[in-house]
Amino acid sequence: MKAARSAWKIGATALISAVAVFPIYITIVVSLKPQTDLSSFWVPPAVPFFPNFEGAFTIGRLATAFMNTAIVTACSIVLVVILSAMAAYPLARHRSRLNTAVTTFILSILMVPGLSLLVPLYVLLVHIRGISTYWGIVLIHVTFNLPLTIFLYLNFIRAIPRDFDEAALIDGSSAYAVFYRIILPLLRPVTVSVIILAGVAVWNDYQFSLYFLQAPGMRVLTLAISSFFAVSGGNTHMAAAAAVMAIVPITVLYVALQKYFVQGVLDSALK
Amino acid sequence: MKSTFGKTNIMYLPALALFLVFVVYPFVEGIRIAFTNWNGFSQHFKYVGLTNFSVLLGDRNVRTALLNTLLYGFGSTLLQQALGLAYALLLNQKFKGRTIGRTITYLPVLISAVIMGYMWYFVLQYDGALNDVITLFGGKKVLWLSRGGTAIALIIAVNTLQYLGISMIIYLAGLQNIPEMYYEAAHLDGARTWRRFAGITLPLLYPAILTSVTINLIGGLKLFDVIRALTGGGPGYATHSLATLLNATYFGSQRAGYAAAVGILLFCTIFVFTIITQGVSRRGEIQY
Repeated sequence: MKAARSAWKIGATALISAVAVFPIYITIVVSLKPQTDLSSFWVPPAVPFFPNFEGAFTIGRLATAFMNTAIVTACSIVLVVILSAMAAYPLARHRSRLNTAVTTFILSILMVPGLSLLVPLYVLLVHIRGISTYWGIVLIHVTFNLPLTIFLYLNFIRAIPRDFDEAALIDGSSAYAVFYRIILPLLRPVTVSVIILAGVAVWNDYQFSLYFLQAPGMRVLTLAISSFFAVSGGNTHMAAAAAVMAIVPITVLYVALQKYFVQGVLDSALK
Repeated sequence: MKSTFGKTNIMYLPALALFLVFVVYPFVEGIRIAFTNWNGFSQHFKYVGLTNFSVLLGDRNVRTALLNTLLYGFGSTLLQQALGLAYALLLNQKFKGRTIGRTITYLPVLISAVIMGYMWYFVLQYDGALNDVITLFGGKKVLWLSRGGTAIALIIAVNTLQYLGISMIIYLAGLQNIPEMYYEAAHLDGARTWRRFAGITLPLLYPAILTSVTINLIGGLKLFDVIRALTGGGPGYATHSLATLLNATYFGSQRAGYAAAVGILLFCTIFVFTIITQGVSRRGEIQY
């Protein structure tokens, strides 16, 4: 009886999991077959065909795309962490009418979808010569990730007992020294969540990159992949290989650091 | 003590500067551009008053896109709550494989939506995996993405499956926060499964439900990547959301003034529903 009961649970779980990820399986199968192979996408090839990967790498200039994505993501993460931890400290520790207003202002920015500002943002970036530059896209990513990450830090710092600061202040430390020596070291767990949330958002971004990175040499991964599919009559098997390569880094990181990824989404959701 | 921390206010100035330059200024600029007939690059343009907005109200493509945006938003949100909650209830029980199930279902959340969309394209294309199954059972191949209605349903399904993991994780955390003793008490009272669910689980999950609904709804109303990957807004304008239409209007038709007006419509749509969900959550907090 008991075995039968857990059997349907296992079955149901397996079915839902399979439906959620079988497109990845199909894409892997496609990527391992030559374009001339007309067999069903369900059937894995008897002998895997690897030139798709080489082709995707050279034709799609994936090396450049990987590098661009890594640079943009790394710079964005560093800035997001520094700017949001800094911004959250006075907002958490110095309660004043001004700071309540600033907090509300930041919360309201959270409700502005970046895409709704496409036209004026694009015009602004053209104007300041930020189109197809690292700094242009990085500043955009940082700006639109900051409201959420500031709130994560804000809530976290609020939960740190003030006795900690006051002890240090009595010892003669300045408010900045308290931040640097007392608060900052305690921020590690929330910083992990911030890095994951901002990192995944920037690494996966398509909509901002589509507008603000137009020079071919500045393409990030999502743009490189979509350009494979946009060309009609293009080699879909090569496109599949490119897609598979693009999702490898994040999949590996996720499997290795699963606990932190789940914590990240919970931190952002239950703020 | 207050003044000690007061001077640290300068630490939020860099963040505020970014918000002013890249959110507030474009926001105001967007409203100004929406009152012009600017094409996006010319030096010459005229202020045309509310013309863009009155054209917007009568534009069939905009109406379709607005309706689709709501369909994407509410369709995915409903499905994600129903499936996510059911799945979380399942995974909250002890059996072998539940951890793996959770891990696998959450994976798509971390994959870029546009890449996930292209992966689904291998399933849905004419020579794709889905039609292989249909022909295996003697059916005829279907052009899945060539009809507006079907394509919209499929886009909702793809979006739902990709982000099912978010609602599942939120509900699972919510379920694990419900103290076991409530269920034990209900069990002693002889409450049946359904009564326990309606009487204990659902009310105590209220905060989790609101969180999950808000995240899914806003994500659905902003839908862009999946549409670009699967249909590009087509056939015709049938599957455009406001977000993809805005892009097509600006870069495709070079009507910057009009596109800015579409942007304001998109902002207002999302703003209205964010305010509503927040209002509901405030009322809920008072009840407890």
